[in-house]
Amino acid sequence: MMNEFSYLYLIPLIPLLTFIFLGFTAKKIKEPISGYIGTASLLSIFILSLYTAYKYFFVVGLVDGKYQSIKIMLKENWIHFSDKLGIDIGLLVDPISVMMLVVVTTISLMVHIYSLGYMHDDTGYSRFYAYLSLFTFSMLGLVLSSNLFMIYIFWELVGVSSFLLIGFYFEKPSAVAASKKAFIVTRFADMFFLIGILMVGYFAHTFDFETLNSPSTYETIQNWIANHQIASFMGISVFTWALIFIYIGGMGKSAMFPLHIWLPDAMEGPTPVSALIHAATMVVAGVFLVARLYPLYFHVEDGFALRIVAVVGAFSALFAAIIALTQEDIKRVLAFSTMSQIGYMMMALGVSGFNGHEGLGYMAGMFHLFTHAMFKALLFLTAGAIIHAVHSNYMKDMGGLNKYMPVSSLVFLIAALAISGIPPFAGFFSKDEILTAAFEYNIFIWLVGFLVAGLTAFYMFRLYFRIFFNKQPDYGDHKPHEAPYTMLFALIFLGLMTMIAGFIPFSELVSADRMPFHSHIEWTDPLVIASILMAASGIGVAYLMYYKETSYPEKVATAMGKGYKWAKNKFYIDELYIFITHKIIFEHVSKPIAWFDRNVIDGFMNLLGLTVEKLAERIKIIQTGRMQDYAMYFVSGVIAIVMLIIYFN
Amino acid sequence: MNLDSLMLMRDELLLTLIILVVLIAEIILSPKNKKYIIQLALGLFGIYTIVSFIPLPKGSLFGGSYQTYPLVHYFKAILATGVFLILLQSVSWIKEKLLPYDFTAEFFILLFASLLGLNFMMSAGDFLMFYLGLELSTMPIIALTTFEFWNHRSIEAGVKYVMLASLSSAILLFGVSLVYATAGSINFDVIKGALHLPLLEIIGLIMIFIGIGFKISLVPFHFWAADVYEGAPTVISNYLSVISKGAAVYVLMTLLFITFTAFQKEWNWIMYGTAILTMVVGNLFALRQQNMKRFLAFSSIAQAGFILLAMLSNNALGVKAIVYFLLVYIFSNVAAFGVVHVISLKSGKENIDDYNGLYISNPKLSLVLMIALFSLAGIPPVAGFFAKFFLYTAAASKGYYVLIFIAVLNVTISLYYYLLPVRAAFLRRSENPIPYFKSDNYSRIAFIITMIGLLVLGLYSGVFEFISNISNIL
Repeated sequence: MMNEFSYLYLIPLIPLLTFIFLGFTAKKIKEPISGYIGTASLLSIFILSLYTAYKYFFVVGLVDGKYQSIKIMLKENWIHFSDKLGIDIGLLVDPISVMMLVVVTTISLMVHIYSLGYMHDDTGYSRFYAYLSLFTFSMLGLVLSSNLFMIYIFWELVGVSSFLLIGFYFEKPSAVAASKKAFIVTRFADMFFLIGILMVGYFAHTFDFETLNSPSTYETIQNWIANHQIASFMGISVFTWALIFIYIGGMGKSAMFPLHIWLPDAMEGPTPVSALIHAATMVVAGVFLVARLYPLYFHVEDGFALRIVAVVGAFSALFAAIIALTQEDIKRVLAFSTMSQIGYMMMALGVSGFNGHEGLGYMAGMFHLFTHAMFKALLFLTAGAIIHAVHSNYMKDMGGLNKYMPVSSLVFLIAALAISGIPPFAGFFSKDEILTAAFEYNIFIWLVGFLVAGLTAFYMFRLYFRIFFNKQPDYGDHKPHEAPYTMLFALIFLGLMTMIAGFIPFSELVSADRMPFHSHIEWTDPLVIASILMAASGIGVAYLMYYKETSYPEKVATAMGKGYKWAKNKFYIDELYIFITHKIIFEHVSKPIAWFDRNVIDGFMNLLGLTVEKLAERIKIIQTGRMQDYAMYFVSGVIAIVMLIIYFN
Repeated sequence: MNLDSLMLMRDELLLTLIILVVLIAEIILSPKNKKYIIQLALGLFGIYTIVSFIPLPKGSLFGGSYQTYPLVHYFKAILATGVFLILLQSVSWIKEKLLPYDFTAEFFILLFASLLGLNFMMSAGDFLMFYLGLELSTMPIIALTTFEFWNHRSIEAGVKYVMLASLSSAILLFGVSLVYATAGSINFDVIKGALHLPLLEIIGLIMIFIGIGFKISLVPFHFWAADVYEGAPTVISNYLSVISKGAAVYVLMTLLFITFTAFQKEWNWIMYGTAILTMVVGNLFALRQQNMKRFLAFSSIAQAGFILLAMLSNNALGVKAIVYFLLVYIFSNVAAFGVVHVISLKSGKENIDDYNGLYISNPKLSLVLMIALFSLAGIPPVAGFFAKFFLYTAAASKGYYVLIFIAVLNVTISLYYYLLPVRAAFLRRSENPIPYFKSDNYSRIAFIITMIGLLVLGLYSGVFEFISNISNIL
């Protein structure tokens, strides 16, 4: 069994070698060559990953109706702390790691191909490909890690490569600030992650995922919790706290409220990077982490930690969706949309059960991760093509692009339909299953998800109509043009994926208890109809508000006098929508929330930094440079300690 | 006493021999041949470093006042490696600054004498040997601190160091006398058996640990560190922050874990407080520094606070964690100080802002700096991460979760300032960056060794396994 996948170490190794090679030769290799090398290495691991997926899911993975987890041991007992606790170096092959392999290599390959065109003539071309390889290596390592310790190492490496890539345009001070912000905020979250790992290590005596997720482990932990009522804090056992701490680590990477503040700023990086790291792969690491330890989250203390996952996820989904309504920068709209969709995935995991069909939420969360990676990467890459064409991130500088960039327009439409949840595009299937699972869990969570679905459709089509239709600004002599073929290829490929990915029978492949189950869409189910209607009405409102903001209505009004009243009535409806959205939702909901986000949450983080700096300024005066003072402090220290000892003895 | 048992002192005897050879060479060489002393001393010390890795049996000499066992022996070898790396980095400095004044031999003799003192201190079986070793290691360093005598800061640093070091020695000696008064012996094994811990004895022990704490620069006994590190020649700052601190930590560990185990519970809460204070104060000061040497001084104070995390555990895991941490710390700090040293020597620039755009002009040096600082900050997969991780596990083994939490919080803060030079070097541009220069071959070798060390120590588990096999000293 073990040797079947023994080639698997090649998958992270190839990008690592590519990184080292490109890193050392960055100055010597000229432009297209380094890109070709990076792309070729990615192509090879993409093929390897597909082969692995095929072999795992259809040949060897399923044994006695259950997907096995296969561990490829690279170094047994790499470090041992004590007889009980040691760390192995190994790769873990199970349904979610194989799925993530496919996601990471697919998106990464597309980004590599796309960047051949996008980064053309950039001074940091080779450096860019070197960083991309570093990121791909770290992300693949994270996905394949067989224990908590390894995942933490790759987790940090992913953070480092993200830091490098956000700050890629280091001439821009805002990019440097953003990269630092991202690094520090996620490190702040990782601090909890690390403590969580240590706590798990000491209570479960293992870091290994397979052992941690086995029934015997969580039963032992349950018994231990039952027998050690004292070992709790605020009524929650130590082990649940450990899981919550680990989740906080995931919240940092996955930009969950309130640790999301780095994500919008991270858009300072090159757009292909936003597509790869901040849309499809790294930001879902938190979701992956919860899924990785799902049996523990579900079983320990009746899934208390999982309830937190659900609530944080649902809240983040709604919060980000509302903010997305107000943004003018297209990359920021997409960034908030990403945060919202990841909240959706977290929510799906949080509401899930465990056995068979009860594990629908888990399956749906993973499914959404998969489909979201495809269509969100597509959205970002298309946004990159648009920005490339009009040299601006702002919607006011766009409009009427449909006739200049027909292919981009078409794939953007496909992606927008997918994220809105319109059948038969990929997002519909996964989103619908999440909503079904949420409905079975709690009506309020479902309601939040339902509302977010409508908002998502609205802001996405607001974006679509304003970019490709609406009023056309004066482009001057430089008419926008369609992107080069390399970029179009990636767009078309992902567009096709977005169309077909929804038909993958995901529940047969990935499930909470690893047993395939059957799920299908009941087209007559009121839930399904409601969610399609919700998405459609979101699109409809966007259409009314943004598609027709041209001179077209006026022409109709003058040419067909009788139609004027009808048009005017239509206008009333517009006004009503505008009143509801602008006056009520924007003014009284979105703006305060956006303000709260900008000032209170960001402000709190700034305050923390400021306090530390102030404190440092204060105590600086102690370090006078005068020796007499030093001697006095020294002797005072001695006396203080001795007095303390005498007093307490 | 036969020759075999004298061989137990192989390291110390060899070092003494090297000192004598260098001294004789200084006397017999004509002034124009004095420059060969550098090659001679380096060569001899290189041989010594290699020889020091050859295993030695366990044993004791002079009625137990000198003791050796594998862990201490290998730790001496680690320190020798560290000193060797520092020497490699200092060759061009010696050539440029010391050779004209004909101070070359003195430099080597004093430095080796100090290392000899540290070796005796770590091998001490009683307070007499311990104190002799301590003083033998301190005195030469005071002289070395003032070696850049044309620079008034160097002189000032020397004066500060001599005064404060004697203050701490006085307190330490006072402590020793109190312990002798109550336990009736200066031999560690005897004291261990006779430890009844009346108040007088506790006070004595505290004073001893304060004396050692001065060497480690624990808060509030750290004030000398920043001024001395800044004023002293960079080579000596490097030695102080790495070698002499490492040896003092080792001694503190053996005393606490072996001889005064019974005392630990009286002391633990003070150490707990000291650990927090040291980490926090070190970090807060490091945040505001502009001078790289001062910055590294405060960073090394903060690092000492982290070591106390494992010091609290008082078990075998703690020994492993501390020794491994020191090993990694030596490599990281030597590399970081080395970069600062070569840049300061070539361009006279020592401020963080001067490093703007360093990556454009000196990419390799910037990489070394980045890896070294990442290691100090504990970012995986560099060895420093593993070292910190083991310290956490050691503290976790005794359930000090709150302390770990504070420590990890401090690591997060420290990340901020460790990133400052990295950001300056990689992400900033400068009007007049430090121009490209080729560092001499000796420093290059030192950098290559430290870089290999920082990557291999972390990823190759054999090193940790080996340390854990020889750490059965409890």
